[in-house]
Amino acid sequence: MSKLTSRLGGLIATVSANAFAEYGFNMTQGVTSISRDIYGLHMMVFWICVAIAIIVFGVMIYSLIVHRKSQDAVAANFHESTKAELLWTGIPIIILVLMAIPASTVLIDLEDTSKAEMTIKITGHQWKWQYDYPKEGISFISNLKQDSKDVIYSGNRYKNYLLEVDNNLVLPVDTSIRFLITSNDVIHNWWVPDFGVKQDANPGFINDAWAKIDEIGTYRGQCAELCGKDHGFMPIVVDVVSKADYAKWVLKQQAAKAATLAKSSKTWREDELISLGQKVYNTNCSSCHGITGKGIPGVFPALKGSPIATGDIKEHISIVLHGKAGTAMASYKNILGDADIAAVITFERSAFGNQMGDLIQPAQIKAAR
Amino acid sequence: MTTAIAHTDGHHSPEKGLMRWIKTTNHKDIGSLYLWFAFTMVLIGGAMAMVIRMELFQPGIQLIEPQFFNQMTTMHGLIMVFGAIMPAFVGLGNWLIPMMVGAPDMALPRMNNWSFWILPFAGGILLSTFFMEGGAPAFGWTFYAPLSTTFAPDSTDFFIFAVHLLGFSSIMGAINIIATVLNMRAPEMKLMDMPLFVWTWLITSFLLIGAMPVLAGAVTMMLTDRNFGTAFFDATGGGDPVLFQHIFWFFGHPEVYIMILPAFGVVSHIIPTFARKPLFGYSSMVYATASIAFLSYIVWAHHMFLTGMPVAGELYFMYATMLIAVPTGVKVFNWVSTMWRGSMTFEAPMLWAISFVFLFMIGGFSGLMLGIAPADIQYHDTYFVVAHFHYVLVTGALWSIIAATFYWLPKWTGKMYNETLAKVHFWWAVISVNVLFFPQHFLGLAGMPRRIPDYSLQFADFNMISSIGGFAFGASFILFTYIVIDCIRNGKPTDARPWEGAKGLEWTLEPKAQYHSFNTPPTRALIEQESQHS
Repeated sequence: MSKLTSRLGGLIATVSANAFAEYGFNMTQGVTSISRDIYGLHMMVFWICVAIAIIVFGVMIYSLIVHRKSQDAVAANFHESTKAELLWTGIPIIILVLMAIPASTVLIDLEDTSKAEMTIKITGHQWKWQYDYPKEGISFISNLKQDSKDVIYSGNRYKNYLLEVDNNLVLPVDTSIRFLITSNDVIHNWWVPDFGVKQDANPGFINDAWAKIDEIGTYRGQCAELCGKDHGFMPIVVDVVSKADYAKWVLKQQAAKAATLAKSSKTWREDELISLGQKVYNTNCSSCHGITGKGIPGVFPALKGSPIATGDIKEHISIVLHGKAGTAMASYKNILGDADIAAVITFERSAFGNQMGDLIQPAQIKAAR
Repeated sequence: MTTAIAHTDGHHSPEKGLMRWIKTTNHKDIGSLYLWFAFTMVLIGGAMAMVIRMELFQPGIQLIEPQFFNQMTTMHGLIMVFGAIMPAFVGLGNWLIPMMVGAPDMALPRMNNWSFWILPFAGGILLSTFFMEGGAPAFGWTFYAPLSTTFAPDSTDFFIFAVHLLGFSSIMGAINIIATVLNMRAPEMKLMDMPLFVWTWLITSFLLIGAMPVLAGAVTMMLTDRNFGTAFFDATGGGDPVLFQHIFWFFGHPEVYIMILPAFGVVSHIIPTFARKPLFGYSSMVYATASIAFLSYIVWAHHMFLTGMPVAGELYFMYATMLIAVPTGVKVFNWVSTMWRGSMTFEAPMLWAISFVFLFMIGGFSGLMLGIAPADIQYHDTYFVVAHFHYVLVTGALWSIIAATFYWLPKWTGKMYNETLAKVHFWWAVISVNVLFFPQHFLGLAGMPRRIPDYSLQFADFNMISSIGGFAFGASFILFTYIVIDCIRNGKPTDARPWEGAKGLEWTLEPKAQYHSFNTPPTRALIEQESQHS
């Protein structure tokens, strides 16, 4: 009985959550000049289409009502008119030219990234985003938040379900920002609708886009190019803050980076390594190799009893650091710190029944780099 | 050839049993095989669509894992494009073109047999990947590298082989149609006497011959990248993943018109028949079709506005794409003018044809919007695109195939289908298909990417509505199957010309068209009397 009530409660919660969720019919106007221009173009073309539809559908519907046999309509026999043909070739061309002019202006503007005041490098990975602030020396990975992962299969899906990450991208307001977008594996696409920015992330090439965000706030987006199994689970969250708050945030990040460096020089205990390793594994490795290390046969190899996780430790470190060419196994050299890599290797060699029992210290990783 | 043989089928009558279908070189038998194959594939691909819509019924993952979801969307697309729509049109072409040009059969009957019998094997290989380790292809029907090369399961090599086979089949089918139209046409029939279905198929055949080898090239490069150490699409070896997209869409955009030009032809037959008025602007229809075919080769990169093309490239592809609206508009205006001051009745084929014009135009409008490069930034890879191409492919291409089935079924079987049931079926399908696809416009504009197995809560309501429409539309195929089988088994015998206003050489044949269409070519007088522009 209690099981039934709880299920019923869950159902009601889902339904009411749906009922209160905001849902849109139309494109967002967004918070950048580009997104507003795009919205303007979209609405202009939309209304032109509506006008044409009213005329053409109107004529058709009139004809369907009046020119029917049951209304005793007698079929005429006309079947050509050069005048009419010229008219309905010419008028559409004029309408198209009128649409093409503003479209070209907007296109040229949004492709011009030369006036940027700062640069963010965005790298797509299966299935997370990496953000680099080259000048500020900040770099971090942004994964789908655990809260969302926990309720994918069941549970109460809250308002921003699937649209929350562990590390938000932080940007200053009223600043022209150039995004340099690339990928480390397959093609991804970085899309934040409110910025009017959507650009393919191609492996081996760098694309650019720009935005000058007018309003402080939190903006959400998603990967918009099919990139494999968890394509639906690599959202984007951007906190746009005042310039003063942004400066404070940068200082905090730089301090945190120093702390991370300090971590790699100390010697870690086994339980410390395992508990950190499990966290790192669940965030970075489990989407392919599975929470229980079983992988997906034929697609992603298992770690449980694998020759690498139960074999030579040097091989194990090498594959995590450098990846494996020609496969989906990425290089984690620039994604994870020494401590994280040491911890995750230790974890992988003791979990899933592998029981190798060897400890890897951050110093060993540092040496192997 | 004596008159006696001309009137019976002599030693050319069909064999009995299964061997008739395996060994057949008859255009009608092969046409039927194509149509039944396409119908089977519609059901298989449709079942995959049902699985997709069930998973998307509400947020969260309930039924299938994300990897399998990607296999479903990929195989749904591949099967519908290569297994259902294309073979169905080749089936219609096989059945109708010899009858329409006054020929006894196709020009290359043995090749015709082969081009059909490749299909079940290609389809079988493609479907067998579901049972392989790693599962079926899961990289979308557009199979962008490197997801389809370095990051794909081993079964991808079987997919590549299947695509090659499908390409052989299509190219042979196209050669056969060109040879038939140009060499088997009645001596008294000029090109500008040909009915529009023949014209559109002739032009489509040239698109096939131009486009399919490019696809074969793309999958061959994939094959060597995957197995023989080349790096066409791999930047670390000096290649470029965007190159794949250029090659794919150089095939892919003509492919879009391969799937819609014959549909234009079908509708250009049905509307004049039930308006009891000649087709308006016959020659402009022919020129518009040819213009669309030409333009289809020079607009491919409008699928790639976000790949990082230079501005000049984007501007060019935007302008070229917008131009397609002109000949397409000409076609729509001609259909409307054909209806204008006609004497219309609304039998099932006409209902499907009229709703084709309405719904295809909606797909055309969203196509125009997508062609505006800056706006495409927000539309690209969202459900807005999904809505767009389903409006042109389901309520466009598939609609015309169903319209054609009802329109020519009496000629194929000599029997009439149940008109009441056919009307029920039409309204059921046309309402449910709009419930299915119209809300997807809103989902896309509100920001839902395509090809995702799970979504955030603000997309929940429209997804649920769309799924309900999907289930209803899926169920409509049960009724369609019943109506067709009921017609074949129990239909009332019809006249040679069951539709009052129908014109065309096919209606001069026996009520159930004889096994060999025209053993003596039709005369000039007959051709003129049955022509679409008199």
